[in-house]
Amino acid sequence: MQSSTRTPYEGIVMAAPVTIPYVRYSIESAQWWIGRALGALVAQAGIRPSDIDGLSVSSFTMGPDSAIGLTQHFGLCVRWLDTIPLGGASAVAALRRAARAVQARDVDIVACVAGDTNHVDSFRHTLENFSRFNQDAVYPYGAGGANASFALIARHYMRTYGVKREDVGKIAVAQRANALRNPNALMKAPLTLEQYLSARPISDPIHLFDCVMPCAGAEAFLVMRDETATALKLPAARLLSTIERHNAFGHDAVQLRGGWAMDVGELYAMAGVRADDLDVVQTYDDYPVISMMQFEDLGFCKKGEGADFVRSHDLTIDGSFPHNTSGGQLSVGQAGAGGAYLGMVEALRQVLGTAGPTQVENARLGLASGFGMINYDRGLASGAAIIAGPSR
Amino acid sequence: MIDPIEPPPRKNPLIRTRLPTSPPKARSRTSHAFTRAAAEGRFVLQRCGSCGTYCYPAREACPCCLSSAVAFVDAPRRGTLLSETTVRVPSDVYFRERAPWRVGLVKMECGPIIVAHLHADCEESAGVKMSFQLDRSGQAVAFASPEKETPNMSDDRQWREMTADPKFRRVLVTNGRSAVGQEAVAALKSAGAKTVFVGVAEPWKPLAGEKLLRAQEGIEIVPLDVADEKSTMDLAADIGGKVDILVNTTEYIRSGGLLDRRGTSVARDEIDQAYLGFINLAQAFGPGMRMRGADGVNNSAAWVNVLSVYALVNWPAFGAYSASQAGCLSLSHSLRAELRPGGVKVINLFTGPIDIEWFQTVPPPKVAPRAVATAVVSALQNGLEEVYAGDVAEEIRQRLAANPKAVERELGGRYRS
Amino acid sequence: MEANKLVELASAVSSGAVRVVDLTFTLSPDFPVIVLPPEFGQAAPVRIQQISRYDSAGPAWYWNNLSFGEHTGTHFDAPIHWFTGKDLPNNSVDTMPTRDMIAPACVIDCSAQAAQDPDFLLTIELVEAWEARHGRIPARNWVLLRTDWSKKGWRDYANLRDDGAHTPGPNAAVMRWLVEERGILGFGTETIGTDAGQAGHLDPPYPAHHFLHGGGRYGLQCLCNLDQLPATGAVIMAAPLKIQNGSGSPLRVIALLAS
Repeated sequence: MQSSTRTPYEGIVMAAPVTIPYVRYSIESAQWWIGRALGALVAQAGIRPSDIDGLSVSSFTMGPDSAIGLTQHFGLCVRWLDTIPLGGASAVAALRRAARAVQARDVDIVACVAGDTNHVDSFRHTLENFSRFNQDAVYPYGAGGANASFALIARHYMRTYGVKREDVGKIAVAQRANALRNPNALMKAPLTLEQYLSARPISDPIHLFDCVMPCAGAEAFLVMRDETATALKLPAARLLSTIERHNAFGHDAVQLRGGWAMDVGELYAMAGVRADDLDVVQTYDDYPVISMMQFEDLGFCKKGEGADFVRSHDLTIDGSFPHNTSGGQLSVGQAGAGGAYLGMVEALRQVLGTAGPTQVENARLGLASGFGMINYDRGLASGAAIIAGPSR
Repeated sequence: MIDPIEPPPRKNPLIRTRLPTSPPKARSRTSHAFTRAAAEGRFVLQRCGSCGTYCYPAREACPCCLSSAVAFVDAPRRGTLLSETTVRVPSDVYFRERAPWRVGLVKMECGPIIVAHLHADCEESAGVKMSFQLDRSGQAVAFASPEKETPNMSDDRQWREMTADPKFRRVLVTNGRSAVGQEAVAALKSAGAKTVFVGVAEPWKPLAGEKLLRAQEGIEIVPLDVADEKSTMDLAADIGGKVDILVNTTEYIRSGGLLDRRGTSVARDEIDQAYLGFINLAQAFGPGMRMRGADGVNNSAAWVNVLSVYALVNWPAFGAYSASQAGCLSLSHSLRAELRPGGVKVINLFTGPIDIEWFQTVPPPKVAPRAVATAVVSALQNGLEEVYAGDVAEEIRQRLAANPKAVERELGGRYRS
Repeated sequence: MEANKLVELASAVSSGAVRVVDLTFTLSPDFPVIVLPPEFGQAAPVRIQQISRYDSAGPAWYWNNLSFGEHTGTHFDAPIHWFTGKDLPNNSVDTMPTRDMIAPACVIDCSAQAAQDPDFLLTIELVEAWEARHGRIPARNWVLLRTDWSKKGWRDYANLRDDGAHTPGPNAAVMRWLVEERGILGFGTETIGTDAGQAGHLDPPYPAHHFLHGGGRYGLQCLCNLDQLPATGAVIMAAPLKIQNGSGSPLRVIALLAS
């Protein structure tokens, strides 16, 4: 195993996993959802709002606000503040920023929150202001959303490595089985492979059950030093390692791999663990084919062997490779930036043993990865974290 | 293989006319270099002046070396189709109505990756020829076509959205008395127009070529004096709902500038015919054309103006005429913006002196009326917006791009032409 | 004359005892106008531009702006219109004596000849033959040449061919004779122009204009309904617009006849 040159995360922990249950459409604002998450953090951790002295926020729908507006909105006086606009990679990025600040004692308790509302026109408004390249060179081509862009990537990936729809479908089917045990999942009906295969096409080869359902919701957790968690008698998980990489492999004509592939060695080296030591893996599943890509790029199999890997593993909670145990975004719903946090918060619950109906037995070591911001023709942002719980 | 499009049936008068919608319009300022290229039928990309790398989409610095010398240059069009998808459930209304819609990723031989609309005959892993076309919002979009000509190529559904092909459409040529007008009628008929309405003012005057026009199927001579608002409105009342393409061939050419004329009576006629005529035509036919932009195979698609290139820079030997053309040019820009919500293109075709009586003493090269007509049809078939027909017009275009002040002086120096 | 005779006349018009015949074509953009060689300044066509029609441009009213040349539609030619009359006193529409605006008319019917020959020319002989039946043409009378040309469709009315218009009119001799020997007030036709379409080839060219206006007399053209007038006995009212230094104008020409 390669050795890591990065400063280890000594005594940095995460606590208080919070999920505000999702709804398909909400007339409330993103600030409402974020506020509920902050309130839940404070209640779960048994702290006062004034104990929060650091805030990281991610949201697509908070309108004219960024994190600074929320400090006054929610009465938080902070000495560390961040707004992370990295889409599905926001949770990993928020965690990384907060961890080093807490480690350096710049701040004591950081609330990391992602929340989004979903009005009937939220999706359209989010798209219109997503990125300059998308405005100039993608939307005019009829996509109106990430589906066509991911379809182009998916088709190329599947043709290049001989991946069949059945292989990708197995991921979605397993996640639905997991979701049926999650009372917060918006998808309540079972999904068979036949149903997956025969579902209507959205943008070939993306079909209905390859797509997440946008919804409203919020997710959050706290980052602090272990000594703080101990003083609060708060169950906490240790942060072992993180990686983050944006705009990797720009010379790949079509995206076949994400940024993790550049730094995956460091992820495990820093954590001092191997891939098969992990008890539970939460990938970023905006499309199941991207989860397959993460199996390769996060070191569970070689590039091009993702389909084989899926065929030879059981991805359900009780299976050989528990994956997206909450049901993932595909079955729980994608609450905007909350989708970045879904896997991280579930991983935190898993290693703390508080996942309840979706608990993987004896889960102690978990990985959560993030991916996002499809800008023009590829997803730019990526990151991953390995956590271990409980800390004491 | 494309199936040829069928001639459209008669319109069902009991069904609501589908209203035009527009594809996404927003673009960064820098990417309007593609708008310009698409308007003129050119293909450009940014190329770094320091390291030579081509890049796309439009940027403010080179992604290889960070140089800010990223000028737009004419670029090679060849690429390979790497991946494609058929979008079946677009969220955008324009595309939703036209789904399924095929787009792809093309790797250009010169380097960049381009997301493009696909012609149906483009095949994955095969070579394609790239162009920038103006879509129904009047914005530039990348379009990949097969490298070699394929059968019924111009009938491709997605290609027809970018163009204003005369095939199966009904065209009004506003002035059928001029040689350009009559050549345009013939050229449009040859290009597959279903009906060409030929506007003739003052029908009590003899019409040269009348017998020939009346003998042909699909050609209808109609009374039209564009300078008379009632005549224009009356014709629009009759055929306004059937004009899919309007070709403005108004022609009123007299030599002279300011000081070599006395009084304004000739200038009044110039303004009356060209400028006020333009306004009358726009008011009479514009609203109907704008409304019918999504009205089936023979939807309204384009308004073509045959203008003098001296609308762009005054030629004092024909100074008053140049000014009237300049006025029309500006009006055409207003019209372009006003018709855009209907997806109707306003195409300006600039010509130098035409080989007709009014430019009799002007030395060659002069552009033949037939060449002007061919350029009109080509502009419609390729969805262009700014076209320069003939050698003089093309030269003026280049000289203006290089130094407009030089052109002004040089045209003024040749006053006694 | 006693004042009540005039009032009687007005009552007679009102009651129909005196018939009013409108000799005027409607002024519209469709009506053919004189066509000159393109190098010359052209008469502006009639333009009627609506300002408002009970709409947002003018809620309670309808009105138009007009533009037209002085010699458009049914119109009047004053002596100043031709070079031969340019120096005569009171030779424009605003200075001509108003008493000249009401005068009797002699109507010479050449409709049969014109039907046979579009280039028909009125001659002294034909007028003398007319005088033999209807009496000598009195001085200060209009002489109106009836050809029924006004009944034609516009294309035949203008009758333009490769060498110009072919429409009937007077020859040079009869015009000089009518002005100098008969002292007519003016000459009127149904065609565009008091002169024949091919009169440019007569000597002098355009003799109606030449002799009428040279003699301080007037022209009327594009008249219609001449077939409703008796050979003698109609009184014409032709009052052109009072245009500053005007050479002519479209106008309403009406004839009063005993019923």
